Amino acid sequence: MCGHCGCGDTAGTTLLNLETGKEIAMDRGAHSHDHGHDAHDHHDHEHEHVHADGTRHSHAPHVHAAPAAEVVSLEARILAKNDALAVKNRAWFRGREILALNLMSAPGAGKTTLLERTIRDLSKRLTLSVIEGDQATANDGERIRAAGAAAVQVNTGSGCHLEADMVARGLQELRPGVGSVVMIENVGNLVCPALFDLGERAKVVILSVTEGDDKPLKYPHMFKAADLMILNKIDLLPHVDFDVARAIDRASQVNPDIAVLQLSARTGAGLDTWYDWLDHQIAAVREDAFA
Amino acid sequence: MHELGIARNIVTLVGEAANGRAVSRVTLEVGKLSGVMSDAIAFCFDVVAAGTALEGACLDVHEIEGRARCEACGEEFDTATLFTPCPCGSRRVVRLRGEELNIKSMQFKEAA
Repeated sequence: MCGHCGCGDTAGTTLLNLETGKEIAMDRGAHSHDHGHDAHDHHDHEHEHVHADGTRHSHAPHVHAAPAAEVVSLEARILAKNDALAVKNRAWFRGREILALNLMSAPGAGKTTLLERTIRDLSKRLTLSVIEGDQATANDGERIRAAGAAAVQVNTGSGCHLEADMVARGLQELRPGVGSVVMIENVGNLVCPALFDLGERAKVVILSVTEGDDKPLKYPHMFKAADLMILNKIDLLPHVDFDVARAIDRASQVNPDIAVLQLSARTGAGLDTWYDWLDHQIAAVREDAFA
Repeated sequence: MHELGIARNIVTLVGEAANGRAVSRVTLEVGKLSGVMSDAIAFCFDVVAAGTALEGACLDVHEIEGRARCEACGEEFDTATLFTPCPCGSRRVVRLRGEELNIKSMQFKEAA
């Protein structure tokens, strides 16, 4: 169990196909296997210390290695598995000329509302489908379906972000068509989702003006990873202390290349800029497919 | 936080490389700008390792300080955050170190 945000590995990840109502339990994570080393008879002890070179030890009771113990160099990236799966997802999208976007924000910034509105406005000219990530409930998936798009709901249980294998499994259920758009709505969280590549073409972070304009500096990994920042709920600007120029300046301190759009998914103000951005991305996807 | 997922990845990768042999020590390289807390990995590691070839293994974490090079003036400088500008004022910097998330090595409990 992780002490920082309460995510643990007790509750499993499930995937609900909202078209068929089929629920699938995902078997993921490290599998345990038995090995014949249970009968330890050593001097176990717990300790935590920091060496002069900065190396830290922090571990449960353990057995000191025998002098003959063999050290094997691994030189592996910890996220190699996720990244390899993300590469597969990306190739899958690319071959089908599908635009895949990873939408991230704090809970309540308006990801689902923006998607609902986008689906309703663009359904005549675009085929959109959605992979919804939440710790629990199919509420958002149902909202997306009601708006008129196919959706699968991934419930991460206690997990605080989506990973590439969950997206792959979602795609297997959704089977999005050639030239369509797949929106991956990540778990509401400005920390963990930044680290996990899902195979998307672009990462979009949504910051609502009811949050602080210092969020980009408080959560720099997220804003550094994002290609686009959407400032949502701009209809509420007269009622809040949010300083748009300051928020944009802070985002560009972390990420000088970040693009910024300002809109209100509720009133529709500024949505044309978001649709232009989407069209531009879709055109780029078509061009890249055979590049 | 994502450290649980990180710990799970470590246990899976090392477990596969160990191929059934018991592992007594795993050495990691974690950059201070990686967005991952060493303490939190260590906290999750013992839980995730339970019942695997890594059960009870010691986790050594080498933390790596952030270092960047300015794209404007070419200077290299130490950086403690993702948004520290170059002393020359430019924000266009390339991070050279500090974002590592690597498994360096593992040590087996007993000789083969």
